[in-house]
Amino acid sequence: MLLLLLGIVILHIAALVLLFVSTIVNAWATGSASSSDLWKNCSTTNGGYHCDPANTGEWIQAVQALMILSIIFSFISLFLFFCQLFTLQKGGRFFLTGVFQILASLFVMSGAVIYTVMSPKWVPETEAFGWAYILAWVAFPLALISGLIYVILRKRE
Amino acid sequence: MLTILALASVVLLGIVPQQSEAIVIYTGWERHALVGSDIRLSCSFFSWRWTSDDVTFSWSYRADGARDAISIFHYTGGAPYVDNKGPFRDRLEFVGNPGRRDGSILLKNLDFGDNGTFTCDAKNPPDIVGRASSVRLLVFEKVPIQAGVITGSIIGAVLGLLLLIVVIYYLMRFLVARRVFNLSVSKHGKKGKGKEGSQQRQGPTLSIGDPSKLKAAASEKKKQESRKDKK
Repeated sequence: MLLLLLGIVILHIAALVLLFVSTIVNAWATGSASSSDLWKNCSTTNGGYHCDPANTGEWIQAVQALMILSIIFSFISLFLFFCQLFTLQKGGRFFLTGVFQILASLFVMSGAVIYTVMSPKWVPETEAFGWAYILAWVAFPLALISGLIYVILRKRE
Repeated sequence: MLTILALASVVLLGIVPQQSEAIVIYTGWERHALVGSDIRLSCSFFSWRWTSDDVTFSWSYRADGARDAISIFHYTGGAPYVDNKGPFRDRLEFVGNPGRRDGSILLKNLDFGDNGTFTCDAKNPPDIVGRASSVRLLVFEKVPIQAGVITGSIIGAVLGLLLLIVVIYYLMRFLVARRVFNLSVSKHGKKGKGKEGSQQRQGPTLSIGDPSKLKAAASEKKKQESRKDKK
């Protein structure tokens, strides 16, 4: 029982960490001498390492908002899990926790989908998708599975 | 004694400013403007010394992608000298007030070729040690939405919606709890008169078995409301 609990919490925290890393690290699209993400485009010219803020279009800001919202909802879900762990009656379901985690996974999926669709405009020819972008796609099923586990899990004592 | 104090204060006043003599120049960080509009680039400085008559301001411009900066404005000896050969001839005007430490210039009729970095350097002799300050000019066809506005509004809207749902949920729970409480009070206090209040009921009366007047008054109000709803 305790092992199951530990496994679930580790899965949740893994999804949360993936979301964090994917949002923060500057590796959504990388090339030989440049890298870019949701927040800035950096390039290594012969003048040195130089970063510009990302173009202020509406869609990139939507992706930023969706990634941040997914982190917030995943945090709230973790907090609710620990609350419900101590207050739920026997046989009850962690429904609220699961709902928030599923919402977080939907947000990160929407963000990744929007970025993919707009990538011809945002990612220059010299760059390919980077590992932070892949992490965002990996975080989506992880968070979804974690949320579904919460929804079908029943509290036993 | 007093003379010693006066001497010491004069010496101190003489020493202290000399230790903090760097001049600090302030311009903006970045300026956004529309094509065809005018923009005022402000430049002012802070110096421990009084503003001298030999104060100088100079502006230089480095276009985006260019390696060198060219000088476009210089104020010295009480007279401004604007660019009359370079990219800003007939478009530059001095609108500052050197007496008030203001060395701002006005650029008229901006174009996309004016994107670049403008550097202001001011000197207030004998206070000449300082770092020049730069302001970046960005010229747009239409002013874009600032970075972070849409991000912040989406996050705020979703979190606000979440908060609203939580508040409504707790409000509904509170109201339902009050009505349930009301039913049980009416069962005990009055004989068989529930929410379907009869028409012969008189005005608000306090029930006898009720310990607190407040609870009775609240239940009376609720019954009257429900009767009004039925009507």
